[in-house]
Amino acid sequence: MTTGSAHAPTHTRHSAEPGTRPADPRRTGGQPKRKGNRENLAGYLFLSPWLLGLFALTLGPMLFSLYLAFTDYNIFTAPEWSGLANFERMAGDTIFWGSVQITLIYVLVGTPIKLAAALGVAMLLNFKSKGTAFFRSAFYAPSLIGASVSIAIVWRAMFSADGPVDSGLSLFGINLGGWVGVPALIMPMMILLAVWQFGAPMVIFLAGLKQIPTELYEAASVDGARAWRKFLSVTLPMLSPVIFFNLLLEMIGAFQIFASAYIIGSGTGGPAGATNFYTVYLYTRAFTNNQMGYASAMAWVLLIAVGILAFILFRTSKSWVHYGGDTK
Amino acid sequence: MTTIETNPTAVPPVQPVRKRRQTPRKTAATVVWIIGIVVLTAVVLYPLMWMISASFKPSSEFGSNQGFLPENPTVDNFVKVMEGVAGIPTWKFFWNSTILGVGAVIGTVISSSMAAYAFARLDFKGRPLFFTMMIGTLLLPFHVLIIPQYMIFRNLGMVDTFFPLLVGKFLATEAFFVFLMVQFIRNLPKELDEAARIDGCGHWRIFWSITVPLIKPALITSSIFAFIWSWNDFLGPLLYLNSPDNYPLPLALRVFNDQSSASDYGATVAISVLALLPVMLFFVIFQRFLVDGVATQGLKG
Repeated sequence: MTTGSAHAPTHTRHSAEPGTRPADPRRTGGQPKRKGNRENLAGYLFLSPWLLGLFALTLGPMLFSLYLAFTDYNIFTAPEWSGLANFERMAGDTIFWGSVQITLIYVLVGTPIKLAAALGVAMLLNFKSKGTAFFRSAFYAPSLIGASVSIAIVWRAMFSADGPVDSGLSLFGINLGGWVGVPALIMPMMILLAVWQFGAPMVIFLAGLKQIPTELYEAASVDGARAWRKFLSVTLPMLSPVIFFNLLLEMIGAFQIFASAYIIGSGTGGPAGATNFYTVYLYTRAFTNNQMGYASAMAWVLLIAVGILAFILFRTSKSWVHYGGDTK
Repeated sequence: MTTIETNPTAVPPVQPVRKRRQTPRKTAATVVWIIGIVVLTAVVLYPLMWMISASFKPSSEFGSNQGFLPENPTVDNFVKVMEGVAGIPTWKFFWNSTILGVGAVIGTVISSSMAAYAFARLDFKGRPLFFTMMIGTLLLPFHVLIIPQYMIFRNLGMVDTFFPLLVGKFLATEAFFVFLMVQFIRNLPKELDEAARIDGCGHWRIFWSITVPLIKPALITSSIFAFIWSWNDFLGPLLYLNSPDNYPLPLALRVFNDQSSASDYGATVAISVLALLPVMLFFVIFQRFLVDGVATQGLKG
């Protein structure tokens, strides 16, 4: 991320350049400091809505939820300090561990499949240089609506008994009798819903593919490399920053799946806890059972888990993400 | 297919010599490519096609008619669905969703463009730190904030109003938009700003007369995303809106789904179609802006 104090504007110098209008004499001499103060003031003024949001709606609530994680709190009476009680309870809460398990499976299995699909289709589209705009848009559409309640309802209908998926499979002699009521089939159904939304990472992959210089492929061809070799030795390394970016954002997004799971399970987490994803359970604890302290503790466990995941990705990225010298 | 020849960059340098031998093979590859991509498109768009087709099926055909098309197409589902749920007519849900969506667009465009101008063009103390924090909020799981935020709005007596759902939009809490606009402003030539400054323009004037008109594409992209995300948002309304009178579409859909999914698929699917219609319309009109917006997002990450 280029925060870029390097390209800080240097107007003072420019205004003295020949060829521009004659500089206002009052604005020379002892000016940098005054300009600095004015820029500071202007900066904070322009940033004021964002700053207010940062402190009142993000940082403040974060700290307060950290406090709540160590309390017993039901929203009607004041929070009561309870030390590590919430975390101890969590350790012995089998429903909690169930939700952790299905969420981890969803993140660790679903995301790689989704990204593989995204990369595969991006390469397919990149094969041609023209006439792909329509397909790019068509494939992107599910990403825009996939997390909506409408699609969750449609997904549920499609995978129910007598739905199109089931009757399609019965043509091949597979009779599952609907996926929605079967706990073991909920996860494949949810992962399919995630994979269906491969469009957003695909668009990002496609933009990355277009930036790979064609000379690299030509050089590889001269060296006798076949398609697979080119993929491994040119495409993947050159695309690694984009892969890293997609992996990070998609995994963090997958942890937070809520609406689809909530609708498909009718808000109950059922059948047999199969739709009780982490955030669904957190919501139930907080707003159905009024256990705000416990839910805050869960929220912080999620935050730390996401933080650890991001940390691992960043640490290992040094060995597999290649930033080209001149690509910036 | 002659599309390859028209683009010189796609043609490898050795092509002219082997043209005679390569053309049939290239044509064959193109045919395979087209078949593959069309099949893929059909699979990806199938759920949407199915949903539209199913919304015209009478409820009795669910389960009995396994075919894609309805045997006796009817608009009964739509007529029935417009009556509404819980005594509230369906147009009211559309109205609530529209207010929330328009409010989200106005708030997001104003607050995010201001923040982006500060990050991209102004040199103030603490900018690198704040910028890092802004990027950090991109990765922050929203669920850490919902309980304290709920307490704040509850203490302010704002539960069951639209205020909690809109205030964050006016405070640029969605870092995606700020980041998108920062990227856009950084790519604008600085000379214009400097010329205006020499002419005596202040920052507000530069922002309003130079930056805002030039970042119009980013503003359009942000507006559409802000509207669609607000339109689709489920968790926010679920947390804050209790009375059916205030329900936006996602909450109404949920009530429909829970009440009638077993008995009345037709109506439930019909209202799902209606709820997605504005989004799909926006998408068809503005797809370019949306897809390009997503593409630029990743490039500098």
